[in-house]
Amino acid sequence: MSEEKNNKKGEKPKKEDEKSGTFNRRDILKGLATIPVFGPFFYALFRKKWLDDQRRKEILAELGIRGETPAVLPKAAVKRRGELIRLGIIGFGGRGEALAHAAGFAHPDWIESKKKDARENRLDKGLETFLNQEDLNVVLTGVCDVFDVRAERGIAVSKNDVRPGGGSGLLKGANRYRHYQELLESKDVDAVIIAAPDHWHAQMTIDAVNAGKHVYCEKCMTRTIDETYKMTEAVKNSGVVFQLGHQGRQQETYVKAKQIVEKNILGKITLVEVTTNRNSPNGAWVYDIHEEGNPQTIDWEQFEGPATHKVPFNLERFFRWRCWFDYGTGLSGDLLSHEYDAINQILELGIPKSAVASGGIYFFQDGRDVPDVFQAVLEYPERDLTLVYSATLANGNSRGKVFMGHDATMEVGYSLSVTADWESTRYKDKIMNKIINTSLPLFTYSPGLKEIDTVTSATERYFMTRGLMYTMRGGRPVNTAHLHIQDWLDCIRNGGQPSCNIDRGFEEAITCHMATLSYLEGRKVVWDPVNKKIV
Amino acid sequence: MVTKTKKKSENVSDYTTTQLTALVILRVVIGWHFLYEGIVKVLNPYWSSAGFLLEAKGIFKGLATSIVANPGALSFVDFVNKWGLILIGLGLIAGCLTRVASISGMVILFLYYAFHPSFIGYTYTTPVEGSYLIVDKNLIELFGLFVLTLFPTGKIIGLDRLIFTKKRPS
Repeated sequence: MSEEKNNKKGEKPKKEDEKSGTFNRRDILKGLATIPVFGPFFYALFRKKWLDDQRRKEILAELGIRGETPAVLPKAAVKRRGELIRLGIIGFGGRGEALAHAAGFAHPDWIESKKKDARENRLDKGLETFLNQEDLNVVLTGVCDVFDVRAERGIAVSKNDVRPGGGSGLLKGANRYRHYQELLESKDVDAVIIAAPDHWHAQMTIDAVNAGKHVYCEKCMTRTIDETYKMTEAVKNSGVVFQLGHQGRQQETYVKAKQIVEKNILGKITLVEVTTNRNSPNGAWVYDIHEEGNPQTIDWEQFEGPATHKVPFNLERFFRWRCWFDYGTGLSGDLLSHEYDAINQILELGIPKSAVASGGIYFFQDGRDVPDVFQAVLEYPERDLTLVYSATLANGNSRGKVFMGHDATMEVGYSLSVTADWESTRYKDKIMNKIINTSLPLFTYSPGLKEIDTVTSATERYFMTRGLMYTMRGGRPVNTAHLHIQDWLDCIRNGGQPSCNIDRGFEEAITCHMATLSYLEGRKVVWDPVNKKIV
Repeated sequence: MVTKTKKKSENVSDYTTTQLTALVILRVVIGWHFLYEGIVKVLNPYWSSAGFLLEAKGIFKGLATSIVANPGALSFVDFVNKWGLILIGLGLIAGCLTRVASISGMVILFLYYAFHPSFIGYTYTTPVEGSYLIVDKNLIELFGLFVLTLFPTGKIIGLDRLIFTKKRPS
């Protein structure tokens, strides 16, 4: 056939091929004509890979990091969870319920709404994440809230058996205590989670310590400077395990950031910038006022408690208490506290030498007395370093935590990136030799990744910094507050100090209060480390 | 006999040498691109199509979301994508099963385009190296393969010449 066709096309096969009965030489040559292309292809491929590997090796050697450096959380040996711990929750508002989730208890309505969310958006893993949480072997035995609706919600949460390790049907549920003192006196409670407003934190913690209950207290640790001393003394003189609610302590990127700073990859760090940007009423603490909230359902007297400035019953103040200095300290205690604690975790800064703060009520002029735009400059002359906090509640621009060193800049958020400084002394030669490119990160790191990454394309790097590539597969997302409560429970059962103990809490509270005081008094506030007093 | 004479030979074309050269070069460069795209994905242990799929727009958005939400489906898609790219690349360069390779390449490129169409009003946060209005490089490469499907060269210059040509009788 083909021979015939060939003849028709006028291409006569050579005689020797006709005799041998195999492909003719032309067939072989033409059949294999493009195979040599693989030569330059694989040469180029291996050359590129070799160069990338060399570059990566040189960078890693320069940084003193081995490629396989894991960034696992520094978790101690496997902890015993044999002993059941009975928890009481004081304050069952938004945060109280979130902490109940973290401990492994959710409201049936929440479960239903999450099921619906998962049906509508298959990427919504809220319920799955919750149900995959480790069973901490705890029960909720006591709930106290001054608002009936929330207290009842707490009871429902404590009884719901749809939970990690649940299904036994044996949950008896919590008792409701009208007053937190009654909860503390109960023999059914071993440890308490305090999620009441800030102005109650110190008194409740001191009373809990006196009652011999372990304490997990929400931030800001206290509302005033005086309370900070009293609370710290009470906890330190007791045997209770105290954890302050900065769940960022469990954030994997912060652990990695600390390792990077310790390896001096950034050079001398002189400026650290941390920020808060929010742009919604909810972000500015204008929370919904519950329709059932009234003087009959809310124990206003107990709500006010230690607040020195008493006012008549007021729904706004009850539901949106963060807007008033009577109950909290606004941006300082709510959000600077988180940012500060993250930096304190990474750099172990302690209390600043001085603080200067300013700001104003520029957007949410709704009767509040705390600022919605707030900046604080904290000086650490002994560390040759300034920590700047910059916040607005009326703009959503995302700004990470930025560590500025002479040799490199590190940005920390959900992921972490380090970029060499173009005028770095240390990396000068490598920048000149094009091994380090200062317009791209020197390396990036995302949680769940075993090693840091030095050589990737712009696209890959982009997805990594957004954390899209490594969170959706295999690895399950874990709630940091869950890990933080677990850390606290582990110490209750097995001894030791939780990651955000009373000393870290003291530093957090004093730092925030220095900033608040500076704002309120319009002056530079100085810390006297010898007498441990704010001057 | 008339039909026989009109039927084109399997390994001898009506192309001029220049035409044939141009077509083979087109086939080889597209193959090169496919092969390298596949190999970089295989070499990077952290590569995943999740980021691309999460950014999907248009009619396949729902499907893309379902794939990402299901780790099994995602690893299947990742596997098929990277090894598919490699096989298509090898096929196009070597001219081996060229027709299958060209059509598979068109399918894969169509999927890329369908998941990320450069339609007016669609913006992506994925960095792109050019500016596109409806037509993007995936679409151009797709039509490049379409041309190669209609003007095949594998049986003239390529392993297909050896695979599909019957041995000459002794």
